[in-house]
Formats: sequence, structure tokens, C-alpha cells
Amino acid sequence: MERLVVLHLNLGKYEMIWKIFLFILLAFVLVAGIAFPIVPHPHSWYEFPFIQGLGENAKIIFFHVPTAWLASVAFLMSTIYSIKYLRKKNLDDDAKSYAANQLGIIFCILATVTGAVWARFAWGSFWSWDPRQTSIFALLLIYGAWFALRSSIEQEDKRATLSAVYSIIAFLTVPFFIFIMPRIMLGLHPGAEEVENGKVVQSSSPVINFQMNGNMLFIFFLSLIGFTILYFWMWKLGYKTIILKEKINKNHIRE
Amino acid sequence: MKAYALYKKDIHSELRTRYAINSLAMFIVVAISVILFSIGNEQISQSLTAGLFWVVIFFSAMSGLARVFVSEEERGTSLTLHLIAAPSTIYSGKLLYNLILVFCMNIAIAILYSALFNAFIIRNFGLFALSLFAGNIGLAVSSTTIAAIISKANAKGTLFPVLAFPILLPLILILVQLTSLSNQGAAFSDAFFELAILICYDVIMLTGSYMLFDFIWKD
Repeated sequence: MERLVVLHLNLGKYEMIWKIFLFILLAFVLVAGIAFPIVPHPHSWYEFPFIQGLGENAKIIFFHVPTAWLASVAFLMSTIYSIKYLRKKNLDDDAKSYAANQLGIIFCILATVTGAVWARFAWGSFWSWDPRQTSIFALLLIYGAWFALRSSIEQEDKRATLSAVYSIIAFLTVPFFIFIMPRIMLGLHPGAEEVENGKVVQSSSPVINFQMNGNMLFIFFLSLIGFTILYFWMWKLGYKTIILKEKINKNHIRE
Repeated sequence: MKAYALYKKDIHSELRTRYAINSLAMFIVVAISVILFSIGNEQISQSLTAGLFWVVIFFSAMSGLARVFVSEEERGTSLTLHLIAAPSTIYSGKLLYNLILVFCMNIAIAILYSALFNAFIIRNFGLFALSLFAGNIGLAVSSTTIAAIISKANAKGTLFPVLAFPILLPLILILVQLTSLSNQGAAFSDAFFELAILICYDVIMLTGSYMLFDFIWKD
């Protein structure tokens, strides 16, 4: 039994290097994202530009966008592993999809909450049914429904099959949200598009139509990369734990 | 043809007791009267009536459409179905039954609703009929697939709306938009984009459901 555990938690040769690299990266992103000053005319590499109407609020982009990005990545990965499961019927793929969804719902809640708190100060209300808020809400509903379905089926392979099918069906609705949302409600998010006289145009508001300068973009991408690596590490630990638990349970039954 | 036989069997067993149809009709009446009571003498806007129209349809569908597969599991006849037909045939038969049910239900709701709500005036009837037609197909397809999933799970009744809502959300958003457009009397050319998305939804969900139903049905 112990040999089994040791065998599986030995993740790889360069694991320590990855851990140190990730630690330094995330520590730098955290310090840079929070502490770098915002000035009207940035000259040095550590200064961010002032954005009309946002000011210090603009810094949320380093932490909020990665969480929303990871919520979508987790959703995509769980769909991919669901398809894999349906093709091969290997329960390990189900564990991978389960671990991805576990992380996905955490990041989805984080993105919703940080976004709502930010919206309170930037737009004046916690929730205003902006297209992206609606989409993240729909994603949260899908995650919730997925876990509800999973907890209501006891038989292992049946549970895996049905939740995989539901994952794929839910994924099929994603393009509709992308196309229909901007037509129904106005975008408030930075980078959102507006519909004017039936045509999709770039918005003219300074908050929506803002440009990041070079060093802001650099920190932003560093943060995205750091959080993505963190996600994959957590996901790997997550699914290995699930697979191990299953194995230990089965060994107990056999003994 | 086996699909049609399956559909006829469902219709016959339903007409023998009329249990589901009666309760569905009562549900529609109850839902509309709750909305009427809560409105009272208030004047409500046209876009709100369009939204409430689809609220009534969504909850009526949630109460009525799960029965096709759940009743097979309850009566223990799903194993017999396994023996006599291929999964896609079973799906076709059940889908046909749900389509008829959805069409009857939604036409009844539309007539009742336009009789009882003064603000609900359909100015472009062709657009309304077309969007109702395509919307009914989408509603029936998605609900039938979700019904097949929940028939294998425990806690069937509560799980159905929970699972169906995220899948039906884009459909309902488009349909609310289309209904309020047809209430405003918009031309077909204004609603072309929404209609195209609606038909895409129907086609994608139908294809996806046929591909995935094999996995749901075969344990």
C-alpha cells in the first residue's frame, strides 16, 4: 500500500525546479500587481499608466482575468477528458475531468466574486448582467448542475458516462452565449463590443476602450502564465489523489 | 417506423390515464394565474410580458417533459425497450412524443396568454409563429436528452430543471428577444440574426443528442 502511494506522488525529475520557478513567478506577479504605482505619464519599467475612470481599480486585471480564464480552461479540459472517457471508457479520464471541474468551480466562484466587488466600485452595482457576467453566471450554473448530477448517481461507470455526456452537451451551448450576448445587453467590460444600428462596433467609452501599455501587458501575461502553471499543478495533484483514493478503496474491499 | 410505433405506444398509454396531460394543463393554468395575481392592476411593459411568456413555458416544460423516460424507469420497462430497438430509434420515438406535447402545450399557452394579457399583442404574427416553431423544436430536443440523463439518476424531479436550465438558457434568451421583436412588429430582416442562431441551436442540439444518446442509453 505505501509503495503504491510513493510511486504515484513522485511527480517527476524536475519537480523542485518547477516549484521554485512558480514560487518566484507568482511572488513577483503578486508584488508587481499590487504595489507598482499608477502615474499619469509612465517612464520607468515599473509604472502603470493612469486610465480615466478606473485609476487604481485597473489593477484587478492581474488577478481577476486569470481566474476567469482558468474557469474556462477547466471547462474545456473537462469536456476534452469527457470525450476521451466516452471513447476509451477509462475511469482515469473521468478522474481527470472531475479534478478539472473541482478546480473550475473554485476559479469560477473567485472570478464571480472578485468581479462583483470590482463592479461595485467601477460601475456602481455588484451585478448588472453585462454579457461576460451573464456568461460566467451560466458557467457557474453548469458547474453546479454537473456536481448535482454527479452526486445523485452511485454506480461508478454510470456516473462517469452520464456526467461526461452532460459536460459535452453543456459545452455545445458555449458558442451561442458568445454570439447572442452582445446583441441582447450592453457590454461594460473593458474590451467589450457594442451594437450600434445592428452592427458590432468598438465602444467609445474610455473605460471600455482602454489600452494596456507595454509593462502592464507584460505583468498581465506573466500573471496568466503563472496562474496557468499553478492550475496544471493543482489539477495533476487533484486527479492523482482521486485515482489513488479509488485504488485504496478497491484494495480495502479485496482484503 | 419503429420510432412511430413507440410514439403511438406512448400516446396510447398516456390517453388511457390522461395523468400527465391533465396535470400539465393544470400547471399551465396555475402558473398563468400566479402571474396575473402578482401583476394585479399594474400596467406592465411589452418586453416584460415577452419574458414572462417564456417563464411560463419553461416551467411548464420542466414539469411535463421529463416523464417520457422517467415513466419507463418507474414502470421498469426500459429493459424491454433495450431489447426491441436501437438507441437512435428510441430517441426518435420519445422526441416525437415530446415534440407533440410541446407544440400542444405552447399553442395552448400562447392562446391563453394573449387572451389574458392586454399588453401582449403580437404585431408580426409570421415572425412569432416561426420563432415559436423553431423554439419548440429546440426545447423538445434539449429536454428529451436531459430527461434521458436524469432517468438514470436519483432525485429525478428536482434534478431536471437544474440540469436543463443552463442548456436551455441561450435558447430562452434568443426566444425572449424574438418574442419582444415580434410584439414590436419588427420586420423579418431585423430578426434574421436571431432566427439564424435559433435554427443553429436546433441543428447542433439535435446532432449532439443523437450522437450522445447511445452513451446515455447503453449503461
